Order: sequence, then C-alpha cells, then structure tokens
Amino acid sequence: MKTARLLPLCCLALAACRPDMFNQPRYKPYAEDTFFQDGASARPIPPHTVARGRLDEDEQFHTGKEDGKLVEAFPFPITRQILARGRERFEIYCSVCHGSAGDGNGMIVQRGFPAPPSFHIDRLRRTPPGHLFDVMTRGYGVMYSYAARVAPEDRWAIAAYIRALQQSHNARIGDVPPDERAKLEAMKP
Amino acid sequence: MAQIFSPRANTFARIGIGGAVGLVIAFTWTWNTLYWSPYATWVGVPREQPVPFSHKHHVAGLGIDCRYCHTSAENSSFAGLPPTETCMTCHSQLWTNARLLAPVRESLATNIPIRWNRVNDLPDFVYFDHGIHIHKGIGCTTCHGPVDQMPLTWKANTLYMKWCIDCHRDPERFIRRRDQVFNAKWQAPSDQQEEGLKLLRDYHVNTTGQLTNCSICHR
Ligand code: HEC
Ligand code: HEC
Ligand code: HEC
Ligand code: HEC
Ligand code: HEC
Ligand code: HEC
Repeated sequence: MKTARLLPLCCLALAACRPDMFNQPRYKPYAEDTFFQDGASARPIPPHTVARGRLDEDEQFHTGKEDGKLVEAFPFPITRQILARGRERFEIYCSVCHGSAGDGNGMIVQRGFPAPPSFHIDRLRRTPPGHLFDVMTRGYGVMYSYAARVAPEDRWAIAAYIRALQQSHNARIGDVPPDERAKLEAMKP
Repeated sequence: MAQIFSPRANTFARIGIGGAVGLVIAFTWTWNTLYWSPYATWVGVPREQPVPFSHKHHVAGLGIDCRYCHTSAENSSFAGLPPTETCMTCHSQLWTNARLLAPVRESLATNIPIRWNRVNDLPDFVYFDHGIHIHKGIGCTTCHGPVDQMPLTWKANTLYMKWCIDCHRDPERFIRRRDQVFNAKWQAPSDQQEEGLKLLRDYHVNTTGQLTNCSICHR
C-alpha cells in the first residue's frame, strides 16, 4: 500500500528529468533537420518570390539604375545622420579590404587579397553614385555582392560616405565653412 | 516478552542517522559542484567545429567587425551564423587550397550549409532576444567573454537563470555606450557605477524590477 502511494511521486520526479521542454519539437532559426537533403530546416526561397511589402518597385532606389542607365543622383537628400550611418556601415563591411580611407589597402589586401582600386582615382571620382550602389548590390569582379547583408538604404548611405571620402582627399580651405576655417588655421603647424 | 532492540541498537541508530545526514550533504555537495562545473555548463571548454574557425585570428588579427559575419545580431532575436558565401567573400581568393577550408569549399559546391556545433544554447522554454540587449548597451563580450581571444569558441557564462537575473536586477554594472557594444576590447571604467546609472536613464532601461518577472523570459 505504502509503495503504491509513492508511485505518483516517483513518476513526478522522473518526469522532471525528461528533456522534452529543453528541446521542444519546433525549429529555432537555422536548426538542423534530417528530412531535407541539405540538412537545414530553413528552406531556400523559390526564385521570384516577393516578400510582403517588398515589391521593390522603385527601380532607382533598389537597383541604382533607371531604364538600364546608372542614376546620376542620390534618391534621397544626404544629411549628416546618413553620412554617419554610411561611415559606420563602411567600417563594418568595406574597410577590411578598401581601408578606412578608401585607398584600397585594407588588412585583407595586406594578407594577399587582390587589391581593389583606390576610390581616389579619377574614374571612380567621376563615376555616378548609381555605379557605387550597383557594385555593392551585384558585386564586381572578384568582389562579392553585399546585398544580402547591407539593406538598400544603407548601401546608399555607404555610397554617400564614399563620396565624402573622395571629397576629403581633394578639399581646399575654400570649401570649409568660414566659421570652421579659423579652427583649422589655428591647427596649422 | 523479550527485548527486540539490544542496548547496542542505540549506537547503530545514531550512526545510521548521522550517516544518512552525511550522505544527503555529500550528495548535495557533489550534485551542486557538478551542476556548476564545466561538465554540466561547458563554460571555458573550446568546442570542436567542422572547420577550426578562429575568432582570435579573424577578429583580433584581421580586425573584422562582428557584424560582418553575425549580421542580424543588431535587429533580431537570433545573432546569426555566417552563411558559406560570407566566408567565401575572402576565401574565394585567400587560402584557396588550404585543407582546413575544404569543408567550406565543399559546402559552396554542394549548397549544403556547414553544420556548426552550437556553443551557447538555451533551453527552448526560455525566450531570449539579442536585439534588445544590443540596443540597451549590453556588449557582446559581457555575455560571450573575450571572443576575440578564442582560437576555438567557448562558452564564457553558464547561461543559467541565476546569471540572467543577476544582471537584470542591476544592469548598471555592465551597461556601456551603444557605440562600444561591438568593441571586444572594452573595459569597465573606474566610475562604472555612476556612468551605468546615467546610461540606464539615457537608454530608458526598465528599472521598476519588472525585468525579473518570470514572464519576461518564460513566455
Ligand atoms: C573582400 C574584400 C572586399 C570587400 C569587403 C569589399 N570590396 Fe569592394 N572591391 C574589392 C576588390 C578586390 C575590387 C576590385 C574588383 C575587380 O576589379 O575585380 C573591389 C572594387 C570595388 C569598387 C570599384 C569598382 C570599379 O568600378 O572599379 C567599389 C566602388 C567597391 N569595391 C566598393 C565596395 C563597398 C562599398 C564595399 C562595402 C560594402 C566593398 N567594396 C567591400 C574587394 C572588396
Ligand atoms: C569572419 C566571420 C566572423 C566574425 C568577424 C565574428 N564571428 Fe563569431 N562566429 C563565426 C562563426 C563561423 C561561428 C561558428 C563557429 C564557432 O562557434 O566558433 C561563430 C560563433 C560565434 C559565437 C558562438 C555561437 C554559438 O554557437 O553559440 C559567438 C558568441 C560569436 N561568434 C561571437 C562573435 C563576436 C562577439 C564577434 C565580434 C567580436 C564575432 N563573433 C565575430 C564567424 C565570425
Ligand atoms: C574578411 C575576410 C575573411 C572572411 C570573411 C573570412 N576569413 Fe578566414 N581568413 C582570412 C584571412 C586573411 C586568413 C589568413 C590569415 C593570415 O594570412 O594571417 C584567414 C584564415 C582562415 C583559416 C586558417 C587559418 C587560421 O589559423 O585560422 C581558417 C580555417 C578560416 N580562415 C576560416 C574561415 C571561415 C570558416 C570563415 C567564414 C565564417 C572565414 N574564414 C571568413 C580572412 C577572412
Ligand atoms: C545578454 C547577453 C548577450 C549579449 C549582450 C549577446 N549575446 Fe549572443 N547569445 C546570448 C545567449 C543567451 C545565446 C544563446 C541563445 C539561444 O540559445 O537561443 C547567444 C547566442 C549567440 C550566437 C549563436 C546564434 C544565436 O543567436 O543563437 C551568436 C553568433 C551570438 N550570440 C553572437 C553575439 C554577438 C555578435 C553579440 C554582440 C553584438 C552578442 N551575441 C551579444 C547572450 C548574449
Ligand atoms: C549583462 C546584463 C544582462 C544579462 C546577462 C541578460 N540580460 Fe536580458 N536584458 C538586459 C537589459 C539591460 C535589458 C533591457 C531592459 C529594458 O529594455 O528596459 C534586457 C532585456 C531583456 C528582455 C526583454 C525585456 C522586455 O521588456 O521584454 C528579455 C526577454 C531578456 N532580457 C532575457 C534575458 C535572458 C533569457 C537572459 C539570460 C540568458 C538575459 N536576458 C541576460 C540585461 C541583461
Ligand atoms: C532573466 C530571465 C529569466 C527570468 C526573469 C526568469 N527565468 Fe527561469 N530560467 C531562465 C533561464 C535562462 C533558464 C534555463 C536555465 C538552464 O539552462 O537550465 C530558466 C529555467 C527555469 C526553470 C527550469 C529549472 C532549471 O533550472 O532547469 C524554472 C522552473 C524557472 N526557470 C522558473 C522561473 C520562475 C518561477 C521565474 C519567476 C520568478 C523565472 N523563472 C524567471 C531565465 C529566466
């Protein structure tokens, strides 16, 4: 009789040891799955699928082209905030190869990666912003596409920051606003 | 009627009780020690991986930002492990014949993802989100330890409930400026306490004690 009363207690104690709740029958992101041949539970998206709200109708904004021609202007006004965002993204995704100043001698290049052209050569200084956007979106030569990791807004922000870098290499004292000029003059050795 | 217990039984009873208590203590001690030891927690144990990927080499040596590979850490519950293409942005040109990298090339060719062994893995009944912690100024290294010094990644904290709660009670000890979140070299300044309290206010961190409510983590 005594043992019978203990039985539910034992069951409870044992139940507490079962790992059901630790590994529940659902998938966490990118979990393994043996059902599909590639072993992944996340399925590749069929080509031409359009995510909700992502019709990407704005050709200029999403491809940097208009009727197949590279756009000559940025699709939105460039503010200080956008430049700051562009700088941050550039330092994360681009500077390892292109270098923080855009000279094309980042750490990975120093370790043997084919050297990209400097952003300060004439051709790239004159190239339309659409080209910079297009390089990031579709890749260029040995450089892979960054579209999967950098959102379109950020790609434009990076393009704007590259423009700022290019300008910084050819700035004259006349380009500096008058109230800031004095500060620079004071720093002159 | 004859006596059932001899006088000696008293001694046996005492030893028995003492022994039982001792056994319980010994069992509790052993269990507790094991529970907090690396056997159970895996803290500090480098995890074998199909490719011996080194954060020390790529982060401290080459200066690659966490987000180059863990792209979704900022905005998502899941920090994300890099797809094979991310490795290939560099290794399509570098170390292209290295035997170490054979699984990476094979993965690209066959389109079968690399199967990384998980280092940090919470039980499925716990809700966790990277995004909120990053936005409120909790750095990667606070939870993951000196990742930039790890040749093979290991777990730096137990991820037990006690660990989460210890921080949720007073996060001012760990909070840092948002622009320092990804900095693996960050050290707490000497005035962390004041600085932390100021940041809690600036970032509107919930200080009403709600962060320790069960339903925050068990939804
Ligand atoms: C892994 C190294 C690497 C990274 C990271 C990288 N690039 Fe490049 N990039 C290159 C190389 C190499 C070239 C030259 C490609 C060629 O000519 O085959 C190049 C070329 C370019 C060009 C010049 C294209 C032309 O017309 O000559 C631009 C612009 C550019 N990259 C922008 C970027 C931006 C923006 C990023 C960050 C989102 C970035 N790159 C990240 C390696 C890299
Ligand atoms: C070059 C790409 C790359 C960079 C840069 C990188 N990681 Fe990783 N990370 C990986 C890969 C691949 C793995 C999976 C293999 C492993 O666990 O070591 C990983 C695993 C991890 C894990 C363990 C994941 C798990 O299974 O629980 C943590 C934590 C982590 N990285 C944090 C960071 C932090 C913090 C930084 C920035 C300081 C960083 N990583 C930078 C590629 C990278
Ligand atoms: C931004 C460029 C870059 C990316 C992205 C990158 N690597 Fe590397 N990796 C390098 C460089 C450069 C070296 C060689 C370092 C040297 O020459 O000192 C290297 C070396 C290695 C080595 C062998 C050397 C060692 O001691 O670690 C392995 C293994 C490796 N990488 C794996 C990976 C994996 C896996 C990924 C994808 C998660 C990856 N790498 C992503 C640049 C990169
Ligand atoms: C508050 C603590 C905390 C912070 C801060 C934190 N992590 Fe994590 N990280 C965790 C926990 C807990 C897990 C395990 C999640 C799980 O199993 O669901 C994890 C898992 C991971 C993983 C494995 C993939 C995943 O999402 O499960 C990677 C990669 C990672 N973290 C990288 C990072 C990077 C990079 C940063 C900095 C931007 C960071 N973490 C900041 C606690 C943290
Ligand atoms: C180093 C400090 C720290 C650690 C460790 C930590 N957290 Fe947090 N957590 C925070 C801070 C700070 C917030 C932001 C609170 C706010 O938004 O007011 C937060 C917020 C959260 C939230 C969102 C709260 C909400 O309002 O919905 C969840 C869920 C959470 N944490 C879960 C966890 C879990 C699970 C763990 C352990 C695996 C953990 N945290 C470990 C500091 C930490
Ligand atoms: C800050 C996040 C957080 C909060 C708040 C929290 N928990 Fe947990 N809890 C966890 C984590 C993480 C674990 C997983 C520990 C592990 O790895 O076993 C856990 C595990 C548990 C377990 C399983 C026992 C174990 O250790 O395996 C129970 C029961 C539990 N929690 C109850 C509660 C109750 C009751 C509350 C409210 C008083 C609460 N939790 C609040 C994070 C939290």
